[in-house]
Amino acid sequence: MALADRNRVVVLEDRVENVSGADFPMSIDGQDVAFNLESFKDSFDIKIVHVTATEIEFDLVGVDASIANALRRILIAEIPTMAIEKVYMINNTGVVQDEVLAHRLGLLPIDADPNEFQWKRADSVPTDQNTIVFKLDVACEVDRSAAAGETDPKKKYINSAVYSSHLVWDPKGDQEQRFATKPIRPVHDDILITKLRPGQAVTCELHCDKGVGKDHSKFSPVATASYRLLPEIQILEDITGDDAELFRSCFPPGVVEVVEEQGVRKARVVNPRKDTVSREVLRHKQFEGKVRLTRVRDHFIFSVESTGIIAPEELVSKALDVLMEKCDIAKAALARAVKSSEEDE
Amino acid sequence: MDATAADAPNYIALLEVPEEKMVVLPGASDDLTSVTFCIKEEDHTLGNSLRWAIMQNAQVDFCGYSIPHPSEAKMNVRIQTTEQTNAVDAMDKGIDDLKSVCQLLKARFQQRIRQGDYARAA
Repeated sequence: MALADRNRVVVLEDRVENVSGADFPMSIDGQDVAFNLESFKDSFDIKIVHVTATEIEFDLVGVDASIANALRRILIAEIPTMAIEKVYMINNTGVVQDEVLAHRLGLLPIDADPNEFQWKRADSVPTDQNTIVFKLDVACEVDRSAAAGETDPKKKYINSAVYSSHLVWDPKGDQEQRFATKPIRPVHDDILITKLRPGQAVTCELHCDKGVGKDHSKFSPVATASYRLLPEIQILEDITGDDAELFRSCFPPGVVEVVEEQGVRKARVVNPRKDTVSREVLRHKQFEGKVRLTRVRDHFIFSVESTGIIAPEELVSKALDVLMEKCDIAKAALARAVKSSEEDE
Repeated sequence: MDATAADAPNYIALLEVPEEKMVVLPGASDDLTSVTFCIKEEDHTLGNSLRWAIMQNAQVDFCGYSIPHPSEAKMNVRIQTTEQTNAVDAMDKGIDDLKSVCQLLKARFQQRIRQGDYARAA
């Protein structure tokens, strides 16, 4: 197989071929494709496509799928954040049961820098270093100033709906000074927690702990973190005339254009990135042998959407920090394992 | 509260590396060229990426990892090497290489963010 084709996943009408890579020493006709850091430095690249307040899209090129997947898994499950872990229910006369209400509260993203807090271990007590406290105290009553015959609960009653904005941060210890520039609050103010009617009330105290997504997804700092491989459309033989128009219509808009060259209409691939790899083109007899759909095996298009607690560009750096920390722990553990197995002998 | 814990941001909830984080499973060859390591509290995240890093070593004949049972937080890594080295050194080199890769990726990512040649929306 040609070198250029080695890192292509081939998409056929009924199957996908050449899926796994073989970029290991001596795996290909005795060619040494061994890894070394110096050549890796030149062969990989990261291209940032766009960044918004909550999203980042970037291309990770020239790395193995295992590294890309580790990054994705860490983003979802192993970057710590603060989330409501304990709900002390003092009063709840609303229709939503205590446990359901507590669960809903737990899922609220809390805008607090997790680096400022320590882990709360099984044996540790809540302190200002490991716990954030919120109070929720909402009672619903009839709004006497509402017009007679009013039917909209929002106008008829006061506090007919409990929103995340009703949470009141209760700073403990030195938290007020530590977070003076950026008081702790829920990321969004308009998340509906429950609804109340006159006479009903919710009073509770909420304790936030530091945790990771693998324990509970409420701790996950990302709404989504995913990657896909860059699609590639190879035109093996010119596609001209009416066929070119049909060819273009097989792809999402903007992927293929029809250009006129010396009076002949010809299909040309302009932006394969937009392709969904629907394989529609492989259904048409006239394109048989003229087109090959592939994906670039080491070109990952990452898309990460933050919940708003950690900036998206920071998330990626943190994910790499976590993987490095895992390496440090493994290295220390290996030294220890070798030592103890030598002692056994 | 100990001061060291508050200093560096530690992403993993460990005060120190647990005693039995990694063990050498019975059945290893005497010259340590064929060894299965069992790593606790790790999964595919470290397993697959570490497997890749170890396989890049030309002295490694075989490396594979498995999670023997989904409800046990254990991950096994099997390494077989040539006689020029042994599995412990191959594991150590794999861990170092994986960390170097992460460092390179992080440096490049931050460099690209600083360069700022991308679309930025509010």
